[in-house]
Amino acid sequence: MDYYVSVATFAALNVILALGLNLISGFCGQVSLGHAAFYGLGAYAAALCSVAGVPFPLAILVGVLVAGIFGIVVGFAALRVREDFLAIVTMGVGFLFLGAVRKQPWLGAEMGIAKIPSPLDKWGYAALAIGAAVALVVLSLHVRRSWMGRAFGAVAQDEDAARTIGIDVAGYKITAFFLGTAAAGLAGGIYAHMTQLIIPDTFNFIQSITILAMVVIGGIGSTIGVVAGAILLTLMPELFRFINDYKLLVYGALLLLVMRFSPGGLAGLLQRLGLRLA
Amino acid sequence: MYYAELLLVGLIWGCTYAMMALGLTLVYGLLRILHVAQATVFTLGAYIGLLAANYSGSLAVAFIAGAIAAGALGPLIYRFVYQPILDRPPFVALVASIGVLIAMEDGFRLLFGPYGLSFEHNTWFTTTYSFAGMTMNLVQIWMVVTAVVLLSAFAIFATRTRAGVAWRATVSDPPMAESFGISVSGVRYVNFLIASVLAGIAGVLVGLLNNLVEPGMGSVIAYKGLAIIVLGGLGSVPGTLVASLALGVVESYGTVFLDKVLDRDAIAFLFLIVVLMIRPQGLLGRR
Repeated sequence: MDYYVSVATFAALNVILALGLNLISGFCGQVSLGHAAFYGLGAYAAALCSVAGVPFPLAILVGVLVAGIFGIVVGFAALRVREDFLAIVTMGVGFLFLGAVRKQPWLGAEMGIAKIPSPLDKWGYAALAIGAAVALVVLSLHVRRSWMGRAFGAVAQDEDAARTIGIDVAGYKITAFFLGTAAAGLAGGIYAHMTQLIIPDTFNFIQSITILAMVVIGGIGSTIGVVAGAILLTLMPELFRFINDYKLLVYGALLLLVMRFSPGGLAGLLQRLGLRLA
Repeated sequence: MYYAELLLVGLIWGCTYAMMALGLTLVYGLLRILHVAQATVFTLGAYIGLLAANYSGSLAVAFIAGAIAAGALGPLIYRFVYQPILDRPPFVALVASIGVLIAMEDGFRLLFGPYGLSFEHNTWFTTTYSFAGMTMNLVQIWMVVTAVVLLSAFAIFATRTRAGVAWRATVSDPPMAESFGISVSGVRYVNFLIASVLAGIAGVLVGLLNNLVEPGMGSVIAYKGLAIIVLGGLGSVPGTLVASLALGVVESYGTVFLDKVLDRDAIAFLFLIVVLMIRPQGLLGRR
């Protein structure tokens, strides 16, 4: 039973990460290849607080805020550079985070932070992560239909046109980055307390790509699709044990095949099937 | 003297980056694709070069084999990965390219083992020369010579030959080039061929320099290659060359002065981010 609880918790954390990235890349159209850095920022900030004796809810909140504030900084970078340039800059942010953490003794360098206090039991973390994931799904669905969601869509489709009709492009870009990275910080805080040990390599480029894979395979821009993508990619290595040894091979091949045959991901595929059935 | 040596080491790495980044610029200039999968081509070149060297005992054979294998793989990636999705939004090709990279990296691990292979008779690695207090091995000297010769050959190709002119015409205006009877698809294959051969040779050289060929050797250099082409101004060949050498030197000094704060890869990307925040179009890019 414990095993299923922890798989469910990881699935929920991945849903939070993927929905956060979907806000930035799917809704607002800003490619980010460094989402794991914000996951890491949240984890490290929350872990440091907890080790220093700060109460659990406050530590999580600090993790969310630290990730969100750095997200705003990267949002400002997104005002300077666009599209391909932005993709490489966000990739750089990921490497910069990793390279900086690895060299700081007070962040535990390569060894990471161990013995993080754990105030909840397995069920508690599962409830917290799933609750947060559901809240984010609701928020995501709501944002999509709100004025903000439509403004995000306008920025994603044509920045210059959006600006011409009076949409505050800069403000919406920064908001998208703040919301998306704060969500990653939340996932990071929960992860750090649950595992009680964090090391830099958990938050590397492959992790960023894994999150991106969840978004893309689920269907970039589609909330339900992204949730399905995140759950699918979490369960796949668990259901098919043999995949674990070839995890990256399978991820890579899936990314390639989805891009080649159904760039809309699972959501796009279902939509096409639906249209054909109708 | 120490600083001069750091400069030299930086420039040597810069030459290797240039061979890798030139190919990425060529692909970007023609197709607007960030060709991350170039890392796969680089690693394949290194593995085939290593196998050829250990089998035949000759490094010349290693370079020929590495270049042929890489030169075959690049155009194949274009044909089966990029060509079908050219009309889709740019992130589609980028994500597909990352997919190829991580799948193939795992593939190399499964085929050749996770720990990497070494050259049996790496005579270039053990032959060293000293002058003016600096020591270099033969691999480093060949790195510079190869980069200078190949990049000059490319410059002559691009400016003096009919094929080169056709290539440049296609970069600046594909429909117009086509109406003048240039085979655009042919130019694209040649483009991938040149980019891949350069990457394959760079792969063999880096393998010789570290005396180790491992599955992940290409990824970091490809990410830096992307940083370099962005740094130089996307699609600008002179910018790419300047940025390659600049990045090599910055890394070389950075690893000494910033060692306590950042690792080597982080220094490269910090440099990129700082430059882009000041000049969003890159060093030699145009708005």
